[in-house]
Amino acid sequence: MAKDKFEMFQVLDENGKIVNKDEMPDLSDDELQDLMYRMVYTRILDQRAVSLGRQGRLGFYAPVAGQEASMIGSHYALDKEDWIAPGYRDIPQLIWHGYPLWQSYLFSKGHFKGGQIPEGLNALVPQIIIGAQVVQTAGVALGLKKKKKDQIVITYTGDGGASQGDFYEGMNFAGAFEVPAVFVVQNNQYAISVPQDKQTAADTIAQKAVAAGIEGVQVDGMDALAVYAATKKARKDALDGKPTLIETVCYRYGPHSLSGDDPTRYRSSEEDGEWEKQDPLVRLRTYLEGKDLWSEEKENEIVEQAKADVKAAMKEAENTPRQKVSDLIEIMGNELPNNLQEQLEEYRAKESN
Amino acid sequence: MAEMTMIQAITDAMRTELRNDEDVLLFGEDVGYYGGVFRATEGLQKEFGEDRVFDTPLAESGIGGLAIGLGVTGFRPIMEIQFVGFLFEVMDGLSGQMSRMHYRTGGHYSSPITVRAPFGGGVKTPELHPDSLEGLMAQTPGIRVVIPSTPYDAKGLLISSIRSNDPVFYLEHMKLYRSLKGEVPEDDYTIELDKADVKREGSDITFVAYGAMVHSALKAADQLAEDGVEAEVIDLRTVSPIDIETIIESVKKTNRAVVIQEAQRQAGVAASISAEISERAILHLEAPVTRVTAPDTVYPFASDEDVWLPDDEDIVTKAKETLDF
Repeated sequence: MAKDKFEMFQVLDENGKIVNKDEMPDLSDDELQDLMYRMVYTRILDQRAVSLGRQGRLGFYAPVAGQEASMIGSHYALDKEDWIAPGYRDIPQLIWHGYPLWQSYLFSKGHFKGGQIPEGLNALVPQIIIGAQVVQTAGVALGLKKKKKDQIVITYTGDGGASQGDFYEGMNFAGAFEVPAVFVVQNNQYAISVPQDKQTAADTIAQKAVAAGIEGVQVDGMDALAVYAATKKARKDALDGKPTLIETVCYRYGPHSLSGDDPTRYRSSEEDGEWEKQDPLVRLRTYLEGKDLWSEEKENEIVEQAKADVKAAMKEAENTPRQKVSDLIEIMGNELPNNLQEQLEEYRAKESN
Repeated sequence: MAEMTMIQAITDAMRTELRNDEDVLLFGEDVGYYGGVFRATEGLQKEFGEDRVFDTPLAESGIGGLAIGLGVTGFRPIMEIQFVGFLFEVMDGLSGQMSRMHYRTGGHYSSPITVRAPFGGGVKTPELHPDSLEGLMAQTPGIRVVIPSTPYDAKGLLISSIRSNDPVFYLEHMKLYRSLKGEVPEDDYTIELDKADVKREGSDITFVAYGAMVHSALKAADQLAEDGVEAEVIDLRTVSPIDIETIIESVKKTNRAVVIQEAQRQAGVAASISAEISERAILHLEAPVTRVTAPDTVYPFASDEDVWLPDDEDIVTKAKETLDF
């Protein structure tokens, strides 16, 4: 039953052909090119981040290659004023929402300036506790509803995250309060080494929406047009107080993170190969080339631009002054308690030596 | 001034702040229409509407997430955990999230959240209702822990907690809800957070206590006074951070101290207070700083909690040991 109701939604097949004309999103040629531009740029950011991580110039990093359609396609459907409650892998959405690249590097390296979201950017910082962003999303959404804003909040977690209690609670709260929230589960098949079928006996993650009484949709997460269309619709429904759970079925080509994970221990090269045929960039590129909207030259320009931006951002991150204990004390709260005031004096004295 | 029980003072504080600040929201399980399982929010939904005072689904973690999200979108949430023992369901929300919000965003966001929860023994509640869990939160950087012991303190401290732009865990002792009355101003007033209060002045020994133990300490002090011993009773009011200055000043005068808590010996905040006194006033001490606490077992089954809970007799005994050291 579940499989019938939660049939995978696709617009563009792996050969770059539109297979669902009725659902083709209303995107101009410029917008289609922009979407492709962002996906290519994001792939380069990922390659550079992995490389910088291996060189020890970045710290914690969760690779995103393979998830560009899921991340960028969904983000492309948002308004500038919408809120994002990201998980730790969801740096690209934040960057395209206005989070400076150099700050994302500071987040990776572990520096408090990485968390200083710029004024006017509606986003939480990447969440490490899997599921926490989902319950917080219900709260942000209720806040937006109470302030009568024409904004939604979108949150992201992974397939493993859908097993958390907070995942269910967040969706259920959003449903009960009828708030403008969109929940995206990026089902990249693995939670570190644990495959999705070890998380649940449910056929789809999308059907978990039923437990909260909200809409659920399973989308081909390697298809940027399908992800965009599903998110666009979910956004519209969210503004009417109807939250949606979107499951994007995708694949991460790299390891879970750069912190020692080796995916060859739990994935076969055959499996990797099957998913590489699904590459979201290849598909959209083929489609756009067919419409004469894309060229190798254009793509190379983006690659060069991304590399230059990475270099500049890295420089800015590396020029950021090191953190002192007194800095960390000062950001503990609005009114420092007496113990911290005392410690602040101690550390300031130490630091001035 | 009006004569109020502590629960009336708490309701009055919330009513005051709901009136003063339209961003104040009050929510939790059964706090809306029903007025709370202890009537702490009685009449508030009627006065301020469902938009301001509302019920939530039964899920503490969800309630915590709701508060955090409302906090970053400009609201000032008061969330209720029905009984403190259910705190474990929302430990991440408190210790993992709201307490770190200001820090992890370098000051960009705050969590101006007040978390109210009833706790405390002596009223024969079922399992995991009365446990003293303030020690867990006192070990969490970034959140204050406030425990009033009188109606007057309860109102002033709750108003301050709600106005604080940093999160406050505000614990209400169930035995004190209706067992005593006191004069409480009807206007709004605040009591500074992080400040202890000397509830009884004395020169021979210092009692440091909080919650229901303040009243046990005062009783013990009366009993000791009959033998000519004057105990000074300090009510912490805020148990994290601890007002060290007030305590040290007292210990320098009395040269002896007993720290009293309802929590188990391995829990609560007494060990931390004892350590601070040792570090800062050891040359003023005539005797070791000792502690009156509950035994290190799980909170007792209801029918015999009185044999387990520390009381004024335990305090008198410990005080005499300290005086005779």
